[in-house]
Amino acid sequence: MTEPIPTGTAASLQEHTASGRTTTAATVDSALARARDVNAGREGLNIFVALDDSYLQDHATVSATQLTDTEPGLLLGVPVAIKDNIATLHHPTTCGSLILGGYVSPYEATVVRRLREAGAVPFGKTNMDEFAMGSSTENSAYGPTRNPPAPDRVPGGSSGGSAAAVAAGIVPIALGSETGGSVRQPAAFCGIVGVKPTYGRVSRFGLVAFASSLDQVGVFGATVDDAARGLRTIAGHDPLDSTSALLDVPDYHLAHRRSVKGMVIGRPKEYFPESLDPRMRARLDVALEHLRELGAEIRDVSLPHTGLAIPVYYIVAPAEASSNLARFDGVRYGLRIGGDGLKGMYEATRSKGFGPEVTRRIMLGTYVLSAGYYDAYYRKAQRVRTLIADDFSRVFASGVDVLFTPTTPTPAFPIGAISDPYEMYMSDIFTATANLAGVPAMSQPIGRVGGLPVGGQLLAAHFQEEKMFSVAYALERALGVGASS
Amino acid sequence: MAVTIDDVRHIAALARLGLTDERADLLMTEMNTILGHMAVLSKVDTKGVQEAIGVGAQGLPVRDDGGAPIPLARSLDAFAPALRDGFFIVPRLSTHESAEEE
Amino acid sequence: MAASLRADWEMVVGLEVHVQLRTRSKAFCACSCEYGAPPNVNTCPVCLALPGALPVLNGRAVELATRAALALNCTVHPVSVFARKNYFYPDLPKGYQISQFDKPLATDGYVEIARSDASPMRVGVTRLHMEEDAGKSIHDRFPGATAIDLNRSGVPLIEIVSEPDMRSAEEAGAYLRVLKQILEYLDVSDVSMEEGSLRVDANVSARRRGAAKLGTKTEVKNMNSFSGVERALEVEFVRQVGVLASGGTVQQQTMLWDAGAGEVRPSRTKEGSHDYRYFPEPDLPPLVLADEWIDRVRHDLPELPADRRRRFATDYKLGEYDVNVLTASSRVSDYYEAVARAHRDPKVAANWVMGEVLAQLKGSAADIDTFRVRPQDLAGLLDLMRDGVLSHTAAKQVFAGMVATGDPAAQIAEREGLVKVDDDAQLAAWLDEVIGELPTEAERFRAGEKKLQGVLIGAVMKKSKGRADPRKLNQLLAARLGS
Repeated sequence: MTEPIPTGTAASLQEHTASGRTTTAATVDSALARARDVNAGREGLNIFVALDDSYLQDHATVSATQLTDTEPGLLLGVPVAIKDNIATLHHPTTCGSLILGGYVSPYEATVVRRLREAGAVPFGKTNMDEFAMGSSTENSAYGPTRNPPAPDRVPGGSSGGSAAAVAAGIVPIALGSETGGSVRQPAAFCGIVGVKPTYGRVSRFGLVAFASSLDQVGVFGATVDDAARGLRTIAGHDPLDSTSALLDVPDYHLAHRRSVKGMVIGRPKEYFPESLDPRMRARLDVALEHLRELGAEIRDVSLPHTGLAIPVYYIVAPAEASSNLARFDGVRYGLRIGGDGLKGMYEATRSKGFGPEVTRRIMLGTYVLSAGYYDAYYRKAQRVRTLIADDFSRVFASGVDVLFTPTTPTPAFPIGAISDPYEMYMSDIFTATANLAGVPAMSQPIGRVGGLPVGGQLLAAHFQEEKMFSVAYALERALGVGASS
Repeated sequence: MAVTIDDVRHIAALARLGLTDERADLLMTEMNTILGHMAVLSKVDTKGVQEAIGVGAQGLPVRDDGGAPIPLARSLDAFAPALRDGFFIVPRLSTHESAEEE
Repeated sequence: MAASLRADWEMVVGLEVHVQLRTRSKAFCACSCEYGAPPNVNTCPVCLALPGALPVLNGRAVELATRAALALNCTVHPVSVFARKNYFYPDLPKGYQISQFDKPLATDGYVEIARSDASPMRVGVTRLHMEEDAGKSIHDRFPGATAIDLNRSGVPLIEIVSEPDMRSAEEAGAYLRVLKQILEYLDVSDVSMEEGSLRVDANVSARRRGAAKLGTKTEVKNMNSFSGVERALEVEFVRQVGVLASGGTVQQQTMLWDAGAGEVRPSRTKEGSHDYRYFPEPDLPPLVLADEWIDRVRHDLPELPADRRRRFATDYKLGEYDVNVLTASSRVSDYYEAVARAHRDPKVAANWVMGEVLAQLKGSAADIDTFRVRPQDLAGLLDLMRDGVLSHTAAKQVFAGMVATGDPAAQIAEREGLVKVDDDAQLAAWLDEVIGELPTEAERFRAGEKKLQGVLIGAVMKKSKGRADPRKLNQLLAARLGS
């Protein structure tokens, strides 16, 4: 970020609201004004699929009890943008698709409820690749989103709208979702912080499923502290999600208290290939040098099955997606287009309702699960996935605290530049491993390449987000917020 | 294992995706290209390796039989495409005896 | 079918039975399973398959399923895995059913049945797994449309698959009756085919007697009763033999039973269109059952029908017919046992339960659990009879009164003046009255026509409204008019 957010950081907003120095209404007005100033609408950056000004203004109140609580909510008065695949009660939940155009969920996602209970204001629904399938937010039925620091470029995907909302200074925190890198990669492209929690750390109840064994709600922050507060607020066991972990949530926003001195930071060689852009490598080396100076030990390690992540991911994720998207059939909600009888209705609805990338992945997923191919593709991929996960377990068990890698091989590419599907899939090359293994990972700005933001990625062992945040806080302090130098 | 146009039609039917001929041809090419990249997996030795299933060793949590259902903030008619007398309405099935009819 | 054909050909039958578990809430959400609610009122984001909803397993469904598996002598697997069975149908909201596939809850069980010649045989139970029910599709309510009600979507089911061990329609019927009875005793389901809480699909093939290999099987569906299953199996077997005997081959397909026409006909489902693409359900980690938990369920199993039959025969010295009638239903047998224990004459108790009680239930279609005459009350009535306070006839009258009012026996007997009279003076007075009213008969009796005893006694009984003690009365009559 090159300029301070007019609305402020989450920490300062919370403090100002709790002490009465500002009100939520004023903050909401300020955020809406900012959105207008940066041209966040359809004609400009196209950040939001839905942003109901009058609803937000009418409801921007904080209850008296929240103000007088000795322990004010961690996000009191903070506007938080919500990715459009997370169920909210007022704004529609379209998942960037025509098949859910105008669909308003009659129930609220657990993460949204937790935000509100902490005093936050859910602030509109952000644009995304359709059903979270994409790495550029060019696959939305509602047009592409533009990268705020470089509007001719993609913001990344699939959570491009949420990343842009933070990068454009409209909100300090936004929720996204991760399946193969959909929070970390946009965070890197937009020059902000993006966090994917451990699988099971955050409830998926109300997150529209793409690939159930990979999906997690993720958090964007203008700073590490914003992201840490966001995660602390939404994380924790949910009885409505059978895959959510029964573990206490540490105070991630206090992780800065732990010094990195003595921590072991692994540098996996597979993430630093010969072909890596030397300018990217230089930024990573600078970051590692800072950590070394702070007393961390940098250790070379190996995660040998890294190169198999994309083939595994692009079998497992579409397979689960093909099943998760079967419910979009025009029967109970969403788009319905008539056809010849029931079968015709299914086919017309789904062919008009789904875009080309979603169609491609449903076809792939159905194929790899189908009779005769299940063993060779799906079962095989799930076994190789175990090997990928074991790589991480082995390295962390050997005494490494966190791993450090590039988030993406390149900075943001121009809108329309990549049309080959597999080339687009390769954007996830450094991020998909964490989803497959279920380990937490985050991206933070580490500088610029060719004038564009790039991100450094930290990964930790399952449920060790605190270690990840400790290093991230330290690195941010060393490089400056936004690392724009 | 090359994907044929018949495979594409069959898969599209299983997934209830109405594909035009043009789209089907394009998909056949795309699928073959993408699956070509997956071929590397067949060379990986996974003897004795378990499939990645399940989150933790604790197993599946169960809930008590009862308690309040998750409430809906709006009634069905707020989002149902076609509702009559409380039923969801769809075009009449051509045959109706078995559950897996086309 | 000609006897010669039947002698040459053998029927092989396997049965798949789906049973709705009697839980309060659904398998994966807290919506009510109650039957008969207005359409779509028992729904929520989960069973409506709204975007973002997730399943959470009902522990009671697991317990009931495990109970059933143990009672069917299965091995209950400590780890089992839920799987998605993917297909499109409007009453299947997610576009997949959560079921179990290659790692089911239980396998390798059996059920003991009796063949038609009463010889015992075992029918293997290949597997028992948990799954969820789909909603209901109603095709005739609106013209040109199908109406979908998702109240039933998500109700927990168990699927019980038998080995193809049955060799006749009778054996299939016996298996179903034994299975239903066991499940009823376990109190895990209403097991009513009429109400849809028990559904049967049959797999049947034909082969030459003595052949080792199984013939091609067809699946027969749409039977609504056990006798319907038996008839459908016969009809399909005859059809298959007809094909095979004339040199044809049986096509593997689904046949639908038409009870009205007594025919089977092929379903219009296309061959090879059932690719369910099973894969483990990612929203539900594997189900892990502790050994101690399984042991406790086994320990808490109620007495099963076969054991109860043995015990009734031994403890109550009842014959086979009585035992079978009294144990046909677990609740009737519980009722009987309560009466027998309170009254202490098991044979009398048996007669009354089989005779009076069951007759009442049939007539009013009532449930023995809500039957007005509770076991204690009936025992009280039987005690009065034994103690000589009521005659058998009077007791029947009192019973009728108990059914009508629910009042205790003694109270009704008093109120209606049915208490047995063995007072010599009163009996003599009545006898005198009758002799006065029937002088001819009295004279003929005195003269030696002993068969008129019934007429005279009957008249006194009528006069006394059934209260006269027959033994005393006979003595008096003999004294008065005897020889």
